Amino acid sequence: MFETIQYELEDGIAWITLNRPDKLNAFVAQMNREVKEALRKASKDDNARCIVIKGAGRAFCSGQDLSEVDENMDHGQVLRDHYGPMVLEIKKSEKPIIAAVNGVAAGAGFSLALACDFRLMSEKASYINAFIHVGLIPDSGNLYYLSQLVGTAKAAEISILGEKVTAMQALDLGLATKVIPQEDFDAEIAAFAKRIAMLPTKAIGLIKRGLNEAQTLPFETFLQREAEGQRIAGLTADHREGVEAFKSKRTPEFIGK
Amino acid sequence: MTVYKFIETSVDQRIGLIELNRPKQLNSLNREMVREILEAMQSFDRNDEVRVILLAGRGKAFSSGADIDEMAGADSMSLELLNQFADWDQIPLIKKPVIGAVHGFVFGGGFELALCCDILLAANGTEFSFPEVSLGVMPGAGGTQRLTKLVGRTKAIEWLWTGERIKAEELLKHRVINRIVSAEVLHEEALRFAEKLAGMPPLALRMIKDSVNKAVDYSLYEGMQYERKNFYLLFSSEDQKEGMQAFVEKRKPIYQGK
Repeated sequence: MFETIQYELEDGIAWITLNRPDKLNAFVAQMNREVKEALRKASKDDNARCIVIKGAGRAFCSGQDLSEVDENMDHGQVLRDHYGPMVLEIKKSEKPIIAAVNGVAAGAGFSLALACDFRLMSEKASYINAFIHVGLIPDSGNLYYLSQLVGTAKAAEISILGEKVTAMQALDLGLATKVIPQEDFDAEIAAFAKRIAMLPTKAIGLIKRGLNEAQTLPFETFLQREAEGQRIAGLTADHREGVEAFKSKRTPEFIGK
Repeated sequence: MTVYKFIETSVDQRIGLIELNRPKQLNSLNREMVREILEAMQSFDRNDEVRVILLAGRGKAFSSGADIDEMAGADSMSLELLNQFADWDQIPLIKKPVIGAVHGFVFGGGFELALCCDILLAANGTEFSFPEVSLGVMPGAGGTQRLTKLVGRTKAIEWLWTGERIKAEELLKHRVINRIVSAEVLHEEALRFAEKLAGMPPLALRMIKDSVNKAVDYSLYEGMQYERKNFYLLFSSEDQKEGMQAFVEKRKPIYQGK
């Protein structure tokens, strides 16, 4: 059903693998669309309790496939039609989303990683906001997320100088949850995803909602929404399970509802 | 209680609930359904057990708009003779507070129905739109009038021309809706709001609604005169005596709606 990506749901984890390894998983319009569709599918699926986006081969994603770019291209329209809807789908999703950055994440590939909730990087991986090198600006929500994550000054450096950010630098900047030795990468990603998939999924969704609202709502409105969120969480089976398990001193088994 | 075909009604704790119930058609409004909504509202308006009316939709959407199949073959004269909007015209005449709790899609006629409510709560993520233009027509049940009076010409004409989807946040900003609440607790929050109103003095609510509605059409001078008469009128109510007595005695008033 998908051609440029692979989608698998296994043990509560939805794996989305960017699968154009000979092009370093560069974006073509079809891949934008398929990533968006896969995200929507996983977000709607009660059995998916965690989403992982990774790249096949040695790169995570090298950004826009430049062989698709010609002088007639309306760059704004490409964003409106393809990249915007894709990153919006990530924003709308209430499932935890992990970017498994196995290799270089350049341009819109970097943007894709920034839009996720967690970024786990291989020690060999790196980011590069390469747009400036072709006279363009970081897109697909890049500056929105980057400035939130590292502050305006650092975001300006990364975007204007366009230098490579190594995995260790990314860790220092808060752009990586952890850095993983290359040989352990797949196993550690699987373990991390499994851990996330066993958490109370509904509560994670509500936390994501709260974090979004923290940036947009006035404090009093935020408190009102927080109360609604806690009311919703308080009605979940996972909340009851958590309390029961705590009382009987056992490990809780959450079902994500 | 009357059995309706396209809506469900119930009364609990002085709140009269009307739920649009054509979920498979996303609560698209046919003429009979609008008639039922009006009749249910009128019956609640006369029912002493009901102090507040709550309007909501079952299923994925509040309402996706008018039933197009019903209209596709119409011509001007048949519409004039049918006079279907006579039912619509009576909805704003309901005297009791009408709270709308909307979610999912609120399109076309559904949006117009929502605009007839006194208080509007929208679930997070609700999308509104007047898509009539894309069918070569325009709103016919107050869309161009009520929306414009609420938000002004600038945004009204943009939204009505483009038919674009409007997010709840945008409508909150333009003062079309009162509050956005999390979708999961929309009903609960709407009930909470309704309960709060149900504990207020009904005649005061009634006269306030009456006066506020006049503010839309009257000149300021006429509106002020109208307000004054309603103000005086409330001094004929037992609730006014009770309210002021309770204030003096530093206790909670109990309002009878008399």
